[in-house]
Amino acid sequence: MTTAPIIELRGVSKRFGPTYDAAARVARSIARQFGTAQKNEVVHAVDNVDLSVTRGEVVGLVGESGCGKSTLGRMVAGIMPPSDGEVRFKGDDIVELPPDRARDAKLKVQMIFQDPYASLNPRLRVEDIVGEAPLVHGLVKRADFDTYLDAQLRRAGLDPGYRRRYPHQFSGGQRQRIGIARALAVQPEFLVCDEAVAALDVSIQAQILNLFMDLRRELDLTYLFISHDLGVVEHLSDRVLIMYLGRIVESAPAEEVFARPNHPYTQALLAEVPRIEARKRRFTAIKGEIPSPLAAPPGCHFHPRCPHAMPRCSQEAPRLREIAPGHRSACHLNDRS
Amino acid sequence: MTTPTLEVRNLRTHFFTRAGVVKAVDDVSFTIASGRVLGLVGESGSGKTVTGFSIIGLVDPPGRIAGGAILYQGQDLAKLPEREMRALRGNRIAMIFQDPMMTLNPVLRIDTQMIEAVQAHAKVSHAEARTRARDALGMVGIPSPDERLQAYPHQFSGGMRQRVAIAIALLHHPDLLIADEPTTALDVTIQAQILAEVQKLAVNYGTALIWITHDLSVIAGLADEIAVMYAGRIVETGAADAVLDRPVHPYTHGLIGSVPSRNRRGEKLRQIPGTTPSLLRLPPGCAFRTRCPRADAACEQEPLPSQPVPERTVRCFHPLVAVAA
Ligand SMILES: Nc1ncnc2c1ncn2[C@@H]1O[C@H](COP(=O)(O)OP(=O)(O)OP(=O)(O)O)[C@@H](O)[C@H]1O
Ligand SMILES: Nc1ncnc2c1ncn2[C@@H]1O[C@H](COP(=O)(O)OP(=O)(O)OP(=O)(O)O)[C@@H](O)[C@H]1O
Ligand code: SF4
Ligand code: SF4
Ligand SMILES: [Mg+2]
Ligand SMILES: [Mg+2]
Repeated sequence: MTTAPIIELRGVSKRFGPTYDAAARVARSIARQFGTAQKNEVVHAVDNVDLSVTRGEVVGLVGESGCGKSTLGRMVAGIMPPSDGEVRFKGDDIVELPPDRARDAKLKVQMIFQDPYASLNPRLRVEDIVGEAPLVHGLVKRADFDTYLDAQLRRAGLDPGYRRRYPHQFSGGQRQRIGIARALAVQPEFLVCDEAVAALDVSIQAQILNLFMDLRRELDLTYLFISHDLGVVEHLSDRVLIMYLGRIVESAPAEEVFARPNHPYTQALLAEVPRIEARKRRFTAIKGEIPSPLAAPPGCHFHPRCPHAMPRCSQEAPRLREIAPGHRSACHLNDRS
Repeated sequence: MTTPTLEVRNLRTHFFTRAGVVKAVDDVSFTIASGRVLGLVGESGSGKTVTGFSIIGLVDPPGRIAGGAILYQGQDLAKLPEREMRALRGNRIAMIFQDPMMTLNPVLRIDTQMIEAVQAHAKVSHAEARTRARDALGMVGIPSPDERLQAYPHQFSGGMRQRVAIAIALLHHPDLLIADEPTTALDVTIQAQILAEVQKLAVNYGTALIWITHDLSVIAGLADEIAVMYAGRIVETGAADAVLDRPVHPYTHGLIGSVPSRNRRGEKLRQIPGTTPSLLRLPPGCAFRTRCPRADAACEQEPLPSQPVPERTVRCFHPLVAVAA
């Protein structure tokens, strides 16, 4: 039996054009009149990504700050349309669904946002932030509301006694838990976790991650888990995707990625992981230039920093292809055998 | 002996809410010398950010400093008029906020904000300020800084916004830098770049650092001393190495035991049993009592700071100290 993917991305890209204020617009139109060369100012945040996630799977997504993880996550959650390609939820292209079914799909795919404060309405009390959607969508009856709300808050590690507070009255990690409670309260099938536990101390983090794993076991909840914490990603994920400047450069089962990283970027990343055993170390600055998504290097985006770069690397983009069962990597080195 | 850059004495910062008094910071004391790094760790909601806000004078009503002293190079910041505090803030004392949007204005371009931050405390031309802003962006690993200066905060990724806030805090080489979860949204490569810059700052300018974070491996690599907070109190302080290797307070011990890399893949992660008590309804005596494996009747009294081992201060009646056989 083949299980249909719960989420499928086909050739998904996202580009952001520049936005200009009045002064910049004037400057640009003058520059245009005089024929001054214009720089290409389009950000290629996500570039032609294919991804298929099966029910109950935990997919970790890792990559440098600014490489496009949150943008990819937002497209998966159906809250940002792709510039190209399609996002399918249980086989349906979300963009083409009739409004009521699209709303349903959006409810089933929830996102825990990276920036807890900006994602919470400052004028709403916690009880409304967490409780409103379940009430509106008929997931809970008015009469059972208080019990439901208390349970939702408690399992995210929040004291139900805080339900009448506003977001600004909480600590950073408490706000993050409000976001977690809100996402889980609508009983989603798919959860995009964008740095969802980054603001929590390791003990409360363990409590939330254990909750995530319980929900997966009990309800087959599926996760796209974006995180910079490789220890957490390794612990939780079945499969790990490595992203570099808008592209997926490696994809493999979690054990495989950590034991046998193939892509030079993945290898460099794993070598940097700080360990609690390493005391008072001298941190080192980045070697080589960080490429910009405003002017991505041609060929393999990683070539300006890659210790193995060959002439071919700056001319031709390597394809993501299978190098071992279930292990894919995008690097020309794999062509030499 | 030289005066330390910062000495906090018995600080109490309370929020007088309608539901009751929230003792967010309750009798906190610590000292940091020039060029040293204090790692401030502890439970989420234990008062780390409020401690930072108290130092830099940004506690808003209904919160206020209810007691204690904050001595910066010997002068008490808690008693300083706001006008004098403003001259220090962002200049000699800077804070990297946990939420970068506390530093950034969403409707202004990055260049406008950074140039203003430069010119607020340095008499330089607009062009010179712009150059400094661009260099600062480059230093925190933002590529194409000239183009990126013209963007608005919402056009940046979460980690890029955080890095702009870091760049602004470092502009004037402060004497005291309070960094509140500054690298949580950053990958390990860029994190290392920023930590390298910060270490340079401490060495070259003698900046004293308070580094607030949940990431114990960063603390291990960066901090000289560690202070551990629980429910508004510092429950353990000591040299970073010693505290990480041989935690003496039961809360610290439980916290270090919850680090995922020490657990097995896919298995349930270890966590401290029970939940954080609400600061509105703390049990009398030791606040950790309801969750502590070593608690007994003695713990119904308030544990005062003691030194069960040399160079370690702990608030606990039954610290984890090896008993000689
Ligand atoms: N305006 C406020 N009104 C009432 N309580 C508040 C207010 N601001 C903060 N608190 C409470 O004070 C306590 C300490 O908050 P603080 O932000 O210092 O925690 P923290 O240690 O920084 O936690 P985190 O690691 O989650 O950021 C928290 O329990 C919080 O709920
Ligand atoms: N609304 C927007 N307008 C313009 N550019 C944007 C917008 N949102 C994101 N970008 C750009 O897209 C790129 C990818 O951003 P994204 O937020 O997806 O990164 P990320 O991988 O989540 O990074 P981080 O780890 O720092 O959160 C960045 O270069 C960013 O500047
Ligand atoms: S394709 Fe070339 S530059 Fe890219 S990672 Fe492989 S060896 Fe390095
Ligand atoms: S004082 Fe008692 S309850 Fe508190 S940490 Fe120590 S042993 Fe545990
Ligand atoms: Mg992001
Ligand atoms: Mg905080």
